[in-house]
Amino acid sequence: MPVSNTVDFMTIVAARRLRNHCTCFVGIGIPSKAANLARLTHAPDIVLIYESGPIGTKPDVLPLSIGDGVLAETADTVVSTPEIFSYWLQGGRVDVGFLGAAQIDKFANLNSTVIGDYNSPKVRLPGAGGAPEIAALAKETLIIIPHEKRKLVERVDFITSAGYLDGGDAREKAGLKGGPSMVITDLGVLVPEEETKELVVQQLYPGVSRDEIKEATGWDLRFAEEVSETEPPTETEINALNQLLERTRIAREKQQNVLR
Amino acid sequence: MAHFPSLSEAIRELVHDGDTIALEGFTHLIPYAAGHEIIKQGRRDLTIVRLTPDLLYDQMIGMGCVRKMIFAWGGNPGVGMLHRFRDAIENGWPHALEIEELSHAALSVALTAGASGLPMGILRGFIGSDLPKYNKNIKFITCPFSGDKLAAVRAINPDVSIIHAQKADRKGNVLLWGIIGVQKECALAAKNCLVTVEEIVDELDAPPNACILPSWTVHSVCHVPGGAFPSYVHDYYERNNAAYIEWDAISKSRETFSQWMETHIMKAKNFEQFKESLSAHST
Repeated sequence: MPVSNTVDFMTIVAARRLRNHCTCFVGIGIPSKAANLARLTHAPDIVLIYESGPIGTKPDVLPLSIGDGVLAETADTVVSTPEIFSYWLQGGRVDVGFLGAAQIDKFANLNSTVIGDYNSPKVRLPGAGGAPEIAALAKETLIIIPHEKRKLVERVDFITSAGYLDGGDAREKAGLKGGPSMVITDLGVLVPEEETKELVVQQLYPGVSRDEIKEATGWDLRFAEEVSETEPPTETEINALNQLLERTRIAREKQQNVLR
Repeated sequence: MAHFPSLSEAIRELVHDGDTIALEGFTHLIPYAAGHEIIKQGRRDLTIVRLTPDLLYDQMIGMGCVRKMIFAWGGNPGVGMLHRFRDAIENGWPHALEIEELSHAALSVALTAGASGLPMGILRGFIGSDLPKYNKNIKFITCPFSGDKLAAVRAINPDVSIIHAQKADRKGNVLLWGIIGVQKECALAAKNCLVTVEEIVDELDAPPNACILPSWTVHSVCHVPGGAFPSYVHDYYERNNAAYIEWDAISKSRETFSQWMETHIMKAKNFEQFKESLSAHST
């Protein structure tokens, strides 16, 4: 069974990375899709936390926004926003922070604020939301982003959320622990190199060439010593994802019929 | 004890040109009816505060009510960008918009500090981020005990906080539940708090530890059923996702935006009429 598109592939690869029983602070969009796919496949006891306050949420359909009712209805508990950030994230109870962004650079710094100059931006993006503290305080951060030259850049226009800053031990020197452990794109998987903390290719999706991934990257992308081909999605993964998407589609359709 | 005025009376009394106001809600319980009333009464030079400005603040910005916005994430949740906000920042339409940007954690801390009578809040935040370069209300301090580098943010005390809740009793005690975001902190940080509610009941029947704002912390309670539309109210009605999706096209150009605001909001006598006008339009 073919996966319908590369976004689904990226979602499945990201889901695999999440271990059962881990506590994951989830961003909306593809991170939310991947985290719930993990919960519905190999990680039934994963604890999903959303910044709107739900802890241990188990939605049967994907939320459209980060504060959807289904997240509260299926949660172990719902806490206030100050509490979710102070006791739960800052308190050190989050294993994995799972984020998207508009731009990422070769040291995995993230930009979700502006493209261009801050005071006269070419594009004004929505802004930080919960990302800076998630990136700073989770024990590790996973990042998911479509692989395009304008998105994977040498230096981000604005550091909203710190990755490895200038590389090497810059993050540690600044006083931050954790950090990005993996960047999942729709062409492959990048990881920070041990010493330099520069993102290098660790996996390529089946059919993606080295030239192709280099061409889609805004810096001179290098490769890890051993580059593997990503395992293609299994039937179980594809079915679980398709069922989740179908349930979501039906739920949203029904909702709109009720309201209008 | 809380008063029970009409929504238009409450806005007239509490919200003035130049005020700092916070209409809070994290996707849930967003006080749309109150926001529309502010727009209709033509308030100007407002500083608006919110963690997640969405359609409502986009409407207020596009209608020229706002001088400055203090926020963490300004987008259309689950849909995309806020076009009126972007037009104000990128092109100064309808006039220039000043911004003060924080993160969700930092703005929560600033409102909690406001509610706690502290001049600032602290968090482990912003190390390595460019945000402090552009916001003078974020500073770094050293913890006197551990020596840790911490971020300090200036407390926020709005002139008026406005929230929507499920219930109030006849004395004006307010009960809300579900995703309650930063509403309690916001209500207690403000000089005055206005609450719109789905219903007014004899007894709240709330368990101990429920999120209740006692009537003496609330200036006014307005009975506005459906007042959080198109957002949702836990146990009352669901979010109208279609309205959020449609907003993208409506708000894209100045013309379609202005026309929509005029047709559906400015001409409506009240929030009920606004909703009727929308459903007439969509059938």
